[in-house]
Amino acid sequence: MRIALFATCLADTLFPEAAKATVLLLERLGHEVVFPSDQTCCGQMHVNTGYQKDALPLVKRYVTVMAPYDVIVAPSGSCVGSIRHQHAMVAAKYGDASLAARAEDAAARTYELSELLIDVLKVEDVGAFYPHRVTYHPTCHSLRMTRVGDKPLRLLRQVRGLDLVELPAAEQCCGFGGTFALKNAETSTAMLADKMTNVVATGADVCTAGDASCLMHIGGGLSRLRTGVRTVHLAEILASTES
Amino acid sequence: MTTFLGMPATAPRGVGNLRGEQTFPAAAHDALADSQLRRNLRHATTTIRGKSGKVIAELPDWQPLRDAGSAIKTDVLARLPELLEQLEERVTAAGGVVHWAADANEANAIVTRLVRETGSDRVIKVKSMATQEIGLNEALEEAGIAAVETDLAELIVQLGHDKPSHILVPAIHRNRAEIREIFLREMPGVDPALTDDPPVLAAAARRYLRETFLSTTVAISGANFAIADTGTLAVVESEGNGRMCLTLPDTLITVMGIEKVLPTWQDLEVFLQLLPRASTGERMNPYTTMWTGVTPGDGPQNFHLVLLDNGRSAVLSDPAGRSALHCIRCSACLNVCPVYERAGGHAYGSVYPGPIGAVLSPQLTGIADNASLPYASSLCGACFDACPVKIDIPSLLVHLRNEAPHPRGERAAMAAAARIMDRPRVYAAAQRAAKLARIAGRRGRGLPPPLSGWTAGRDLPEFPEQTFRDWWASR
Repeated sequence: MRIALFATCLADTLFPEAAKATVLLLERLGHEVVFPSDQTCCGQMHVNTGYQKDALPLVKRYVTVMAPYDVIVAPSGSCVGSIRHQHAMVAAKYGDASLAARAEDAAARTYELSELLIDVLKVEDVGAFYPHRVTYHPTCHSLRMTRVGDKPLRLLRQVRGLDLVELPAAEQCCGFGGTFALKNAETSTAMLADKMTNVVATGADVCTAGDASCLMHIGGGLSRLRTGVRTVHLAEILASTES
Repeated sequence: MTTFLGMPATAPRGVGNLRGEQTFPAAAHDALADSQLRRNLRHATTTIRGKSGKVIAELPDWQPLRDAGSAIKTDVLARLPELLEQLEERVTAAGGVVHWAADANEANAIVTRLVRETGSDRVIKVKSMATQEIGLNEALEEAGIAAVETDLAELIVQLGHDKPSHILVPAIHRNRAEIREIFLREMPGVDPALTDDPPVLAAAARRYLRETFLSTTVAISGANFAIADTGTLAVVESEGNGRMCLTLPDTLITVMGIEKVLPTWQDLEVFLQLLPRASTGERMNPYTTMWTGVTPGDGPQNFHLVLLDNGRSAVLSDPAGRSALHCIRCSACLNVCPVYERAGGHAYGSVYPGPIGAVLSPQLTGIADNASLPYASSLCGACFDACPVKIDIPSLLVHLRNEAPHPRGERAAMAAAARIMDRPRVYAAAQRAAKLARIAGRRGRGLPPPLSGWTAGRDLPEFPEQTFRDWWASR
């Protein structure tokens, strides 16, 4: 299958390993990956900070750049959530009805990585090998906006060598929330402290998730406290093999 | 012919409890440093979450019930004027008197006048969000009328000269040791040997309240629901103190937000299932009191219903924001909110705290007066899933952020970021420039505001050797 990658601005700029892993994983499974180079950002930061009008060109860009592709994947439950639940709203409000319809259409062709693997490509065992103790944090937007459910866990359970440990209070937010982490830094840090306590309590070496943003937040805290636990994107675990 | 009354007004300033003195981040700062408060909140919200989750799981039709609740509320708001006029007609026919209050000042004046007319200088109160919202107790006090709160938690708040911090459990921020101290200091005729054993504390409140119930002739209540079709009012509660207030006095004055009306008696079936399970985690609340006007020889012989707008029509006028008026004040969104759990209710500055407060207060007052509240959320979405009437609070927050006044510097930075992100080549150049700046700068700490908020508690990631798009181009 020919799959267009929406890398997301964050993975493109700061966490290229997550986007690279998505490419390598899908190629290993026998699919063709294309990266339309005129893509940039989904605009979620603008929408969620109160700048919907500024997000309009980014919505238009996504819709236009992705128009030729039947299947689009992003290694982020949050960006996919924004594309699905916000793009058409912004397009209708500041653009026009035709853009809104095209945004709906593009959103319907856009999948978060675990959704693509399980719902579209019908694969649970991706042939990965990752000999580490891992705990999974279901990010809020993947859980409650994109609704990936237990798909990431089903993929992780098939990874050879991987010791999956349950994260207590997993469904609680890590406190990132985009610009929330800056505007309400103290509340955000208090939420992060509880998340880190739970991550450390699992005894895992690695905390994984489907969003580089939340991992940046949790990882930034774990690093500051020198806990020795590292954060790794789900795509990187699924991409790793024995060889 | 219709009369145009002008655009609906927001809740007036200088009266009531919808506006805080500080922004949310400033108010949250103190709460976050209070370790006792953090413990109280965590314990209380975790307990209620557990109870509520258990009884909700028992119902096979919880989701259809939520859909029904949402649909009924949407219908109510779509024909609110008609339903309110019907309610007025039926209440009047049943022997009650209906008063219309455009705002907090009008409502306070009406209630004060009605109490004065009875000649009483004391009233008993059923816990009521609407009267807290309009600052009725303060208004009565100015008129020389003492208002005694009879809900146990509300009494604790009142005796402590404090403010409620939760819709359902207003004294959630107090533990039993603190409650004992408040009772010893403030409760008339309290036993000086009072301990902090919960049954002992409850018995002390009971003795004090019983004396008050039996010697006060006027009560003031709120209402959970009003049935337009029959003119029936309903109050649900757990303690029975509400039942005392609603049945013992000669005069009952009910202050109700105009959005509380339901079309028919049958609609109650949905809400009496939704509310207790979402709210207290009970299958059924212990006391449901319903009354229709006045019944000769039984219960209050004078009944007044004050219909309160106080900004609600303004909320209704925004189709994108009006679903905040669906709220049935269950507080499920507070109990699941990670921000509420850390910052506590006072940080929201309004009688309506938590996620629903963050979308309701700014709409009632106008966004300029509560501009920081829509940002008091990580948009985690737990509130939407918990809401028994399916209010999409995250989308409302995003909508209100779009309406909020923005700091000038932020506005410029956001516009610049959007311009860069709409030009892929400039964007790629900016990515490389950011990397260079980072290498030249210091590792992760001591960044200027607003980034200092990040680096106070977290490291920044290392910039990678190569962006993804550079790697892709080099393949």
